[in-house]
Amino acid sequence: MIEVKNVTKSFDDGRTVLHDVSAKFYSGKTNLIIGQSGSGKTVLMKCIVGLMRPEQGEILYDGRDYLSMSPDQVKNLRKEIGMLFQGSALFDSETVLGNVMFPLLMFTDMTPAERKERAEFCLERVNLKGADHKYPAEISGGMQKRVAIARAIALNPKYLFCDEPNSGLDPKTSIVIDELLSDITHEYGMTTIINTHDMNSVLGIGENIVFINKGYRDWVGDKNKIFRTSNEALNEFVFATKLFQEVKDYIISHSGEHDGQ
Amino acid sequence: MFMRKVVSIPDRWRVFFTRTVTEISKLGVDSIPLVIVISLFIGAVITIQMKLNTTSPLMPAYSVGLATRDIVLLEFSNSILCLILAGKVGSNIASEIGTMRVTEQIDALEIMGVNSANYLVLPKVVGFILFMPVLVALCIGTSIAGGYLVALVTDIISVARYEYGIQAYFNEWYVWYGFIKSLFFAYIIATVSSYYGYYVKGGALQVGTASTNAVVSSSILILLMDVILTKILLQ
Ligand SMILES: Nc1ncnc2c1ncn2[C@@H]1O[C@H](COP(=O)(O)OP(=O)(O)O)[C@@H](O)[C@H]1O
Ligand SMILES: [Mg+2]
Repeated sequence: MIEVKNVTKSFDDGRTVLHDVSAKFYSGKTNLIIGQSGSGKTVLMKCIVGLMRPEQGEILYDGRDYLSMSPDQVKNLRKEIGMLFQGSALFDSETVLGNVMFPLLMFTDMTPAERKERAEFCLERVNLKGADHKYPAEISGGMQKRVAIARAIALNPKYLFCDEPNSGLDPKTSIVIDELLSDITHEYGMTTIINTHDMNSVLGIGENIVFINKGYRDWVGDKNKIFRTSNEALNEFVFATKLFQEVKDYIISHSGEHDGQ
Repeated sequence: MFMRKVVSIPDRWRVFFTRTVTEISKLGVDSIPLVIVISLFIGAVITIQMKLNTTSPLMPAYSVGLATRDIVLLEFSNSILCLILAGKVGSNIASEIGTMRVTEQIDALEIMGVNSANYLVLPKVVGFILFMPVLVALCIGTSIAGGYLVALVTDIISVARYEYGIQAYFNEWYVWYGFIKSLFFAYIIATVSSYYGYYVKGGALQVGTASTNAVVSSSILILLMDVILTKILLQ
C-alpha cells in the first residue's frame, strides 16, 4: 500500500499545483487518479515516485517514508517501482528486446541468455510477439505502450505507475491496455496507480478512485459510487459526455438515490 | 552540481565500457570524414596564402612550409578544429540528451534507479576525450598533406622546399601543446553540450534552442580556454 499524506507542491513561478493531498493506494488493486487535464495528476504521480519533491507531506511505501530516505535507500526502493510514461519513454537507441532487457542488465546478475528469456516472457505477457528486433520508432503507439509495460514489469515491481496509459490510443486498444494492466495487477498483487481522464478506464478498471480537482483531492470512491456522487465537480467531469449523462439518468431512474462523500 | 552527478562510479562497468565504445564511434569515428575534408582544404589554403603573403626576398623559401606547419600545430589542429567539432558533436550531444529529456526517457532511467547523468554523460565525455588525440593527429597529418598537394600539383612552391620547411626548426613542445589544449576543448564540448541537453524543459523547439546554445557556449569557452592555456603553456 502507498499512502500519501498532506502533500503540497508548488513551482518556482509561485503556483501551488497540489494542495494538501492525502490518499491511499491499495495493493492488488488498480488505483486510479482521475481529473481534468492540468488538474495535477502527473505532478502528484511524479511526487509519489520521487521525480519531483513536494514541499510538504509524507509518502509512505508500505510504511517506509520515501522523502526521508538516504540516496541508497531511494535507489533500492526504485528497483521495486515500475513506471509507464505518457509517451512510453522507450529508449530510441535500443530495440524492443533491448528496452525490456535494460533494467535486467542494470540491476540483476543474470546472464545474457537469462535476460533474454525473462524479457521474452514479459513481452509475451503483454501479448507482443515478433517485434523483438524492431526499434520503438518502427512500431505503433499501442505496441510501444505494451513494450513500456513489459519493461516496467521486467524486475517484478511491487509498485506500478502509469501516466495516462491510453492517451493517444484508439478506444479498442485502450481497453486492451487497461485490461492488461488490471490483469497484471491482480496476478502479481502489485500496487498499481493509473492516471487517467478516460471514463472508459474509470468504469472498466476503477477499483479505487481518487479524484483530483484543481490540485485538491476532492473525492474518493470506486466505480460503483461514481455515478451516484453529489460532488458537483466530479459530476461535471464524469458527465462531460452525453453518453454518460444518459447512463446516469438510467441508473438514477432505477434506484433513485444519491450517495455522497 | 551537474558534474558531481556525472562523475560518480558507474552502476555497471560493463555497461559503461560498452557505451563508451559506442560514443567513441558516434562522436569520434563519425567525425573523421569531416576532419579530413576540412584539414585537407585548410592545409592547402594556408600554404597558398603563406606564399602570397611572404613574397619577400628576405624570407627564405622554406618559410612557407614552416609557417604552415606551425599554424597547423599551434592553432588549427586544436582550437579551430574543436570550434568546428563543437558545431557537429556539440549539437549532436545536446539534441540527443535533450530529446531524451523531453520524451521522459531520462525520467524513465531515474525511476529505474539509474543515475541518468552518469549513465548518459560520462561515456560521452570519456569517449570524446579519448578519441580527441586521434582527430588532432589526423588533422595535423591531413593539413600538412594538403600543403604538400599544393606543392605537388602547382608551381606555387617546390616540393623540396615545402618538405624542408615543414621539418625546419621543429619544436616538439608545439605538438604537446596542441594535444593538451585539445583535451581541454574536448572536455568543454562534451560537458557543456550535455549540460544544455540534460536541463532542457519543454519540447522539440526547446531542444533546438538548447542545441544552438550548447554550440555557442562551448565555442566561447573554447576561445577563452585557448587564451588561458596559451598563456600557461607557451610562456
Ligand atoms: N515542471 C513544471 N513547472 C511548472 N509548472 C508545472 C510543471 N509541471 C506541471 N506544471 C503545472 O502543473 C499543473 C498540473 O499539471 P499536470 O500534473 O501535468 O496535469 P495533468 O493532470 O494533466 O497531468 C499544470 O497547470 C501545469 O502547467
Ligand atoms: Mg498528465
